[in-house]
Amino acid sequence: MSSETGKILTTDGIPLEESLKQAEKKNKIKAFLLVAPLLLFLIITYMIPIGDMFSRSIDDKMVTNMLPKTYKAMETWDGKELPPEEVFEAFYLDYKILVKNKTAGKLQTQLNYEKNGFKSVLKKLARKQKKFEEGNYKEQIMKVHKRWRNVEYWRAIKRRAPSYTYSKYLKGVDMYSNEDGKIVQVSEDRRIHRILWIRTVEVAFFVTLFCFLMAYPIAHLLATLPMKYSNLLMICVLLPFWTSLLVRTASWMILLQQQGIVNDFFVWTGLVANDNRPEMMYNKTGTYVAMTQILLPFMVLPLYSVMKTISPSLMRAGKSLGATPAVAFFKVYFPLTIPGIGAGCLLVFILAIGYYITPALVGGASGTLISNQIAYHMKSTLDWSFASAMGLMLLTGVLAIYWIYNKLVGVDNIKLG
Amino acid sequence: MSKKADFVKFDKVDKSYDGKVLVVKDLNLDIEEGEFVTMLGPSGSGKTTCLMMLAGFETPTNGEIFLDNNPISNIPPHKRGIGMVFQNYALFPHMTVFENLAFPLKVRKMSQEDIEKKVDKALSMVSLGGFANRMPGQLSGGQQQRVAVARALVFDPAVVLMDEPLGALDKNLRESMQYEIKHIHESIGVTVVYVTHDQGEALTMSNRIAVFNDGKVQQLSSPDKLYEEPVNSFVAEFIGENNTFGGEVSEISNGTCKVKLQKGEIIANPISVKSVGEKTTVSIRPERALINPKGKMDNNQKGKIEEVIYHGDHTRVRLNLLGNSEFILKVPNSSQNLDIKLGNEINIGWNSHDARALDPK
Repeated sequence: MSSETGKILTTDGIPLEESLKQAEKKNKIKAFLLVAPLLLFLIITYMIPIGDMFSRSIDDKMVTNMLPKTYKAMETWDGKELPPEEVFEAFYLDYKILVKNKTAGKLQTQLNYEKNGFKSVLKKLARKQKKFEEGNYKEQIMKVHKRWRNVEYWRAIKRRAPSYTYSKYLKGVDMYSNEDGKIVQVSEDRRIHRILWIRTVEVAFFVTLFCFLMAYPIAHLLATLPMKYSNLLMICVLLPFWTSLLVRTASWMILLQQQGIVNDFFVWTGLVANDNRPEMMYNKTGTYVAMTQILLPFMVLPLYSVMKTISPSLMRAGKSLGATPAVAFFKVYFPLTIPGIGAGCLLVFILAIGYYITPALVGGASGTLISNQIAYHMKSTLDWSFASAMGLMLLTGVLAIYWIYNKLVGVDNIKLG
Repeated sequence: MSKKADFVKFDKVDKSYDGKVLVVKDLNLDIEEGEFVTMLGPSGSGKTTCLMMLAGFETPTNGEIFLDNNPISNIPPHKRGIGMVFQNYALFPHMTVFENLAFPLKVRKMSQEDIEKKVDKALSMVSLGGFANRMPGQLSGGQQQRVAVARALVFDPAVVLMDEPLGALDKNLRESMQYEIKHIHESIGVTVVYVTHDQGEALTMSNRIAVFNDGKVQQLSSPDKLYEEPVNSFVAEFIGENNTFGGEVSEISNGTCKVKLQKGEIIANPISVKSVGEKTTVSIRPERALINPKGKMDNNQKGKIEEVIYHGDHTRVRLNLLGNSEFILKVPNSSQNLDIKLGNEINIGWNSHDARALDPK
């Protein structure tokens, strides 16, 4: 080795280090080009929509853009007493344009969200403002309706000044910021979202539990049966995968309804009286039954793939060393299946927490989940920003679960196959 | 303390998995206390099945197995107190070496202090003193094997079963492990039942070897007897190398017989032939036949050298002798330079005592 140059040269005189870098650079570009389509696909179909959802959920520019002069005039107003004449004038001018453009309705709705009773006041102002004279708008506006003399309404307008808001997120957990800007809970009879969140987590938890309890023996059987039987059983496990989700849900509807097959069977066996058939659908029972069946394969497969790798001689070794079959199972077999249990539970829980179609069809009022609420706001109320906010909250929740799981079990321990 | 000659006893044991074929037929086997017995045989000969019946993972279809005079067919494996070393070690991968060894002691509800003492002792016995906190995955094959042996011995079982424990190791390691297991056996005096299909392993380690074939014990004897005095042609064939001649007994008289081959006639030692006219296979160990014998030998034949293979310590010579072109000779390299060249005709001699006339193949 030549210690003078300190560099190893290739036969064509380029330092080895550099020529290696060049060769690797080419490989890196090739590798990147190979993943580029997928990356692009992910960005377009995943990153961008999520970004859009996020911006939509906090976007509050509509009111800000409709009342530009008002908000400029309000900048110096401290909000303690009625605003000065300039604010009234600016508001009159802004509102006049809105009425002329026939977009005043939107403002009315938005401000009514902020303060009940705003709509009628604004409608009245829309009619009266045509006859307004120039100057002293404060007097004229206050004459239209006595509520204009109430500082609360002006504060409500001011609260909509920022072009971003987190009020949708507060609404998602049944809270709002009141007139004084404090975050408080909505009145008890209107707290619907928190119930849904709790129910969603509860349903996801129990579905995961039921799936685990049912999948563990099946997976064990699959892993230990001779090939010809285990293949048949495997097909039975996978069959639901090849059937449409809607078909499966619909068949549960047929099975579970009050005049359905399951109830008929109960009556036939004398378990229940004919006039006292239990309701198993359009409530939580229906959601549990259908979701457990649909998500079962997601638990069976990771468990199976882990159990397949556990040598049967380990249980034998445990027994030969003096452990009863039960002790050998819990001390030897069970700990070795934990990676599979972790993977299966995480998979089922995350799928269950965002489940939509099945609870929508068989859940009824007491069996719907948060995703149904999101869909409701997407389709019916068209409050997309609220739907986006709840969607993001759900996503955050899932990521949090994943994080906790990683801290507790370690994602490295997951085995999917 | 006198040792029981039938500490482990197989009494007329049959085993069938499917109700049609018997994989173990009418097995009778007595194993002495403290003995090292190897079950040797080709795969499918029923040796592992016997071991599994002894361990309790299979039940005999017929017959009974006794351990220290107690029938054990109805005792589940975990109550038999038999240690077992498995083919693939079967160490618990989620436990450290210490926990693996402590497992049989914990399920026996020993105190923590005793457990530590015993585990330490067992680990130093297999010279793995500093490895208590390693996971099995961090150990080499040989180390894992030693942990498995230590685990099977740590709870002082009366009998230890080993199911081809060295099969996965490379040749050198296998040989050193053979000696190690043998020494452990000698130092603690436990009864060992060992299963293997490797005859070298069996010959090195055992007090006695049971050669299995076709669900039956063909021969049960000490390694030297098994090699020198096989009782039938299967054992002669299976253990070591073997030259055979098929023929018919033409004359039989006190201690020798004449066997007529297709070409020529040889004098042999009648082992399983009784009368003239019986078909027989004569077996001669390669090292018992000599080139140009100095002493007097009652068999002298001429053979033609067909192949010479150099093996370092010895040379293998393949001859065509009396119509058998697979006749092998082993010539030690220390012997004087004989005229071993391809195509040469040489004189071969052997004693009739070493030519064992066995059952026909």
